[in-house]
Amino acid sequence: MASPIEQFQIKPIIPVINFTNSSLFMIGAAAVIVGGLLYATRKRAVVPGRAQSVAEVLHDFVANTLVDATGKEGMKFFPLVFSLFMFVLTANLLGMIPGFFTVTSHIIVTFALALLVIGTVVTYGFMKHGTHFLGLFVPSGVPAWLLPFIVVIELISFLSRPISLSLRLFANMLAGHIALKVFAGFVVSLLAAGGALTILAPLPLLMAVALMALEFLVAALQAYVFTVLTCIYLNDALHPGH
Amino acid sequence: MAQAQTTHATTEAPGGAHEDIGFPPFETETYGGQLLWLAITFVALYTLLSRLVLPRLGGIIENRRAMIANDLDDAAAMKSRAEEAGTAYEKALAEAKGRAQALAQETRAKLAAESDARRKALEADLNQRLAESDATITTKKAEAMSHVDAIARDTASAIIERLTGKAPAPQAVEAALKQIKA
Repeated sequence: MASPIEQFQIKPIIPVINFTNSSLFMIGAAAVIVGGLLYATRKRAVVPGRAQSVAEVLHDFVANTLVDATGKEGMKFFPLVFSLFMFVLTANLLGMIPGFFTVTSHIIVTFALALLVIGTVVTYGFMKHGTHFLGLFVPSGVPAWLLPFIVVIELISFLSRPISLSLRLFANMLAGHIALKVFAGFVVSLLAAGGALTILAPLPLLMAVALMALEFLVAALQAYVFTVLTCIYLNDALHPGH
Repeated sequence: MAQAQTTHATTEAPGGAHEDIGFPPFETETYGGQLLWLAITFVALYTLLSRLVLPRLGGIIENRRAMIANDLDDAAAMKSRAEEAGTAYEKALAEAKGRAQALAQETRAKLAAESDARRKALEADLNQRLAESDATITTKKAEAMSHVDAIARDTASAIIERLTGKAPAPQAVEAALKQIKA
């Protein structure tokens, strides 16, 4: 029996180009997304079949989330937001398959994605609004003597966004997979222990089944949370005034 | 790290030649490779989605929206046309009804006039014939009355002849009759 964190280990596949199991599952996720969506839309049917319905629901879901948070002009970020949502969702769900590597259980990956979001916000904010974008840190209607404190607080809250965004996803995926592995490990340990303990083995198994359902929920929910927060941050870039 | 090592040590099957596992997400030497492949994958994913998949998917949805809007417009146009046809039909019906009524009225009037005329003609005819027959009766009566004298004369002559055995003089009979009539 391996340690509960063995599943997060990066194993090289082609060391020369740094190609690892993580790389493999990233590419796998991207291939599943692109291949799945292209397959689903192959007929371009006016009356969609099952697969095309799913693709359209995903499209409309992300589009609605983005428009709700940022308005119509936010649609220029739709490819980015859709890519992020699909990548995180697919990576999370692929990780639910036993034996598969979970790309999003590594802080560096989630942090890179979060930095991509914040980088987009900052870059677009300055490009579109220039120094006016800094108004994001200066809420209107605050007394002058309070302003320095408020600006510092706003700055800290802004800088903590990529950290909270990446940590939330990373920690959720990591903790869920560890919990699953621990409970699954209990089943094996109890069976191996023999005697009265063997009879207790189904209990952690039930727990593992329940956790599995919960983890599917978490996988989808965290992808959604990541997307919603991305949309909210993008809204700051589009409309920096408080 | 130490905890992970002990877990590892106690749970590893004997003979397992695994290298020591730390906490993989914090093993900084793997970051470079992960970032490299994340960048490659995500750029490829973004490019494929924004260039190929999303235009296609958005096109399908937009196409359907346009088609539904088109169909709704068509339906509205057809409905208004049907309504137009309905009002036209009603108008035609009302017109036809009016015309039928007028025609009926006309026919009735014509028939009434005709029958009136016929009745008048008949009446005139009858009146004429009545007058004619009246005239005939009068002439016939006069004629008969004129015959009465002759009959009376002849009868008187015959009676006298029977009574007396000889025929009376016509002048005498005439005179006697005149006397009676007077």
